[in-house]
Amino acid sequence: MTSTTTLAAALPAEHRARLMRQAREVSFPAGTRLFEEGRRADRFWIVRTGTVVLDVHVPGRRAPVVESLGHGELVGWSWHFTPYVWQLGAEATSPVRAWEFDAAEVRDLCAADAEFGRAVATWVGRVVAHRLHATRIRLLDLYAPYGSGS
Amino acid sequence: MTDVPLPYRVIRVNRETADTVTLVLAPTGPATLAPFAPGQFAMVYAFGVGEIPVSVSRIDRHALRHTIRSVGAVSAALCALRPGSRVGLRGPFGTGWELGRAAGQDLLVVAGGIGLAPLRPLVLDALAARHRYGRLNLLVGARSPGDLLYAQQLRFWTAHRGLRHCAVTVDRSADGWWGHVGLVTTLLNHAEFAPDSTTAYLCGPEVMIRATARDLVHRGLSAQHIRVSLERNMRCATGHCGHCQLGGVLLCRDGPVIGWDRADPLLSVREL
Repeated sequence: MTSTTTLAAALPAEHRARLMRQAREVSFPAGTRLFEEGRRADRFWIVRTGTVVLDVHVPGRRAPVVESLGHGELVGWSWHFTPYVWQLGAEATSPVRAWEFDAAEVRDLCAADAEFGRAVATWVGRVVAHRLHATRIRLLDLYAPYGSGS
Repeated sequence: MTDVPLPYRVIRVNRETADTVTLVLAPTGPATLAPFAPGQFAMVYAFGVGEIPVSVSRIDRHALRHTIRSVGAVSAALCALRPGSRVGLRGPFGTGWELGRAAGQDLLVVAGGIGLAPLRPLVLDALAARHRYGRLNLLVGARSPGDLLYAQQLRFWTAHRGLRHCAVTVDRSADGWWGHVGLVTTLLNHAEFAPDSTTAYLCGPEVMIRATARDLVHRGLSAQHIRVSLERNMRCATGHCGHCQLGGVLLCRDGPVIGWDRADPLLSVREL
């Protein structure tokens, strides 16, 4: 199975190999907070196994989960755009194995090689566009009576 | 098929969610409707109120089950029925899922909201004849955990060895929910199927059907092998009144299940 947003589908093999040379294999037990809203976005991950959820801080309430991410999916894109600050929080809800990347190192590679940088930007852009599209459909509240959102 | 409603008795009412019930119906006398196929529907008559189309959500030997969400006057009246109440039934109407045509293929079942109801008998039939098909994937989306239909059955299916992959997602999480959150199409990444040898069955809001069908076509499924169930205002259910017309298709007669190759152009125009 392929998805246009997975690394394998979105990055040409040469650039994918170059990016993966920057990867570290990491694992997190369930319940680990990967990052917090408002903190510096200095890393990102690609999930190998397990589930990471994205949540939004709501004062006085448990942070509601807005999206689940699984195998092959990118966790975090704020590292790619200034001011490099996380917009959401992230937590492992099961034992997670992932590839971890140092954001500054990858940004430096992108700056040094325009072609590689464009490929990475296209990949991240696809992920953002895909999640924006899915969020817009969810905004319709399509399961409401008549599916109208009214 | 009959044009005159046959009397059926409500023998049990299962509350599925806050606004949805399943009515278990049995004939009151020797006269009974012809056997239903998964995907077909009946016109269910709430006496004194009106009649609506409802797909069959389970087919037992002696009883029919219809899962109904209270969204209007007739469906509200049906949802308020108690065991012993009577309804009128006409049917069976329309095309079914035609599972038999997918023999030897992987099956991908994608349900959204109340759309799981017409797909349940298909899943049950596939599990009952597991050897006839390839991998069976069931992906279910709902608005929130409280809106999930057949929660107990879904838990059973999640652990069922006959299902290669059974996953549930909700648009809005809630306290105590540890499952997936996101659009149902995001579950496609985790399903296991060979695009060139898969038949997909979709039922749910048409926005969801469009998003899922287009994603599947992008992944390599042919439009003919994507079967979708559409819903329009059905009145006569016999192809005469034209209320359910969608382009050149009378959905009560030519549908509700049609191939995506026919549905895509019809759902792509702004107004028909």
